[in-house]
Amino acid sequence: MSEAPRNQPATRTIRVNYMARVEGEASLLIRMKAGKIHDVKLKIFEPPRLFESLLRGRHLTEAPDITARICGICPVAYQLTCAHALERALGITVDPMVRLLRRFLYAGEWIESHALHVYLLHAPDFLGYPDAIEMARKHPDVIAEALRLKKIGNRILTLVGGREVHPVSVAVGGFYKTPSKADLLSLKEELKWALDAAVRKVPFVAAFEFPDFEQDYEFVALSHPSEYPFNEGRLISNKGLDIEAGEYEHYFVEHQVKHSNALHSRLRDRGAYQVGPLARFNLNYAKLPKIAREAAQSCGLHIPCLNPFKSVIVRAVEMVFAIDEALRIIDLYEPPSVPRVTLPERPGEGCAITEAPRGINFNRFRFDENGILQFANIVPPTSQNQQRIEDDLRAFVPGVVALPAEELTLRCEQVVRNYDPCISCATHFLRVNLEQEGASEPARPGDGAC
Amino acid sequence: MKSSAQAPRLAVFKFASCDGCQLSLLDLEDDLLTLAGAVDIAFFPEASSRMKKGPYEVGLVEGSITTHQDAGRILQIRRQCKTLVTIGACATAGGIQALRNWNDTAQWVAQIYPKPAYVRTLSTSTAIAQHVPVDYEIRGCPVNKRQLAEFLCALLAKRRPNIPTYSVCLECKRRGNACIAVTEGAGCLGPVTQAGCGAICPAYARGCYGCFGPMETPSAATLASYMQSQGTGADAVQRAFRSFHIFAWPNRQAADGPGDERKSQP
Repeated sequence: MSEAPRNQPATRTIRVNYMARVEGEASLLIRMKAGKIHDVKLKIFEPPRLFESLLRGRHLTEAPDITARICGICPVAYQLTCAHALERALGITVDPMVRLLRRFLYAGEWIESHALHVYLLHAPDFLGYPDAIEMARKHPDVIAEALRLKKIGNRILTLVGGREVHPVSVAVGGFYKTPSKADLLSLKEELKWALDAAVRKVPFVAAFEFPDFEQDYEFVALSHPSEYPFNEGRLISNKGLDIEAGEYEHYFVEHQVKHSNALHSRLRDRGAYQVGPLARFNLNYAKLPKIAREAAQSCGLHIPCLNPFKSVIVRAVEMVFAIDEALRIIDLYEPPSVPRVTLPERPGEGCAITEAPRGINFNRFRFDENGILQFANIVPPTSQNQQRIEDDLRAFVPGVVALPAEELTLRCEQVVRNYDPCISCATHFLRVNLEQEGASEPARPGDGAC
Repeated sequence: MKSSAQAPRLAVFKFASCDGCQLSLLDLEDDLLTLAGAVDIAFFPEASSRMKKGPYEVGLVEGSITTHQDAGRILQIRRQCKTLVTIGACATAGGIQALRNWNDTAQWVAQIYPKPAYVRTLSTSTAIAQHVPVDYEIRGCPVNKRQLAEFLCALLAKRRPNIPTYSVCLECKRRGNACIAVTEGAGCLGPVTQAGCGAICPAYARGCYGCFGPMETPSAATLASYMQSQGTGADAVQRAFRSFHIFAWPNRQAADGPGDERKSQP
């Protein structure tokens, strides 16, 4: 590293050794040289747990319980994507009420995860607090309502699946046990409160101060003919992608970089893309229920929204959708005659994509005639957004590089938190490091050489 | 977060894990602000940007040791924490990722990563107690948030935490479930698994899959042969014990018999 004069603002390095308020372990390194971005590295030092290998040799019926352990915040996303992929491989179709109950369960996870991210992890960035507990001193009502919203999401998970984290009821072919209509009705009053509260909260979030920052994104999300997407649909983008789940691996490639334990996913020949709330909102706006569209319009949120910082408002709007959807399902639901269909004994291979709270999750599995898994490929949302986060930082930092180091670091962390990266999920993902050339800090022990 | 002269300093550390156990702290929705008032949450990166330096009265450790660096980090953490508590199956027994201890880890890495040389990981996933002395273990995959709250209350009141070491069967009877092993012949690890979850799997019409790990003095091998006598294949019985608490001794005996040839050392 060449010797550069110290305190020369044109040449500096931002280094955040341990990203706070993200799930999992990551760091960020940004090197500036002569006022230009020299290097941006989102480093995932989350130790690899090798899920795709440890699934080999397990019976397919065990897979949803195992893949759930990829992520404690969105276990349902893993359970359902896995169950869908295996069901397609087996050529079975689930009962329409099972499909509806799965949407209900997914809605619960979206409510819980979005409440956690919007109010407990991301809002403190915009309002200048280190965490939600400090924020609760000045905004006690906001945090109290946020926790109540989060709780109703968790009550859905607990009702359908027995517990909040790693629920136990999802089975290949359906559920181990399905709740009664009365069980679902018991949540209706609280969900009605939640719908009001979620609508009231949207203007609070929309009033945050947003940096003037827009990018030409390729947004990728599922698209269903009539529904805002959870579990099904074609995979589409605003730049012409329109494919079935089975074609995913032809269009997307995973690329390994030395600085990260998460594989970077890219669109073949096109590069980075964005998945998650902003992508879903921009591509599926018309399918949001009226109450969610009105909540967005009332605070001036229109499509296309190209400002990643505003993804926090989109999450608040998606909470309105998820609560509305849960209420709709309560009215429609009748317990299916059998909780799950009998699984045929045959070899198979199948894939599925669902919309986890943070974006699409792709799974492909292959198993033999005894149902023993031979192969698994799991591409979680954070792997898909990782390249996009680095690209956002590359574009964002030059505009704020004159800021004092502490504030600059905070702003960079905020860019990362726009994506709510779920680093533990990155099965195969960050530390913010802005280095002053010639005065770089020692690498954190535990970090790979880079 | 809050700083108070009397409040004990609490720290939360993460190793190889899914974050579900530390999320259980945030899932204490009704009691979260009360908890934050009673203890000084000094280090909890998943929830707060403010990270205070140690020492801490109590350290909650989530996750297992799978890297050389983490094996070093836990030694430093032990020195900083007066009371060290493992939360969940990964920290307590190596977690589902300990399946690698029976397999060729290098081959596994090569199956996933195009450039395996970039990935630095140990060939084993090991429990925290295999590296440093642990004062308490809170079981579960994930931990039960009520048990976690009970533990923290007991710690504040300076009393012994009320965490049962009996089997899931007792909870299952209290819940009024019909025994699904008896009535439906379901393979159920309830008889040898520590209580704490509330017997949710039998309540949801499936056998317990053992995510709270072995109870005190379990007869795991006996249950394994019983399951086989009831028609569960030997492979399926082995897989049942080789899951979220794969690296706990009684489960190894039940899954492997006497000829256990796993990699026991990192």
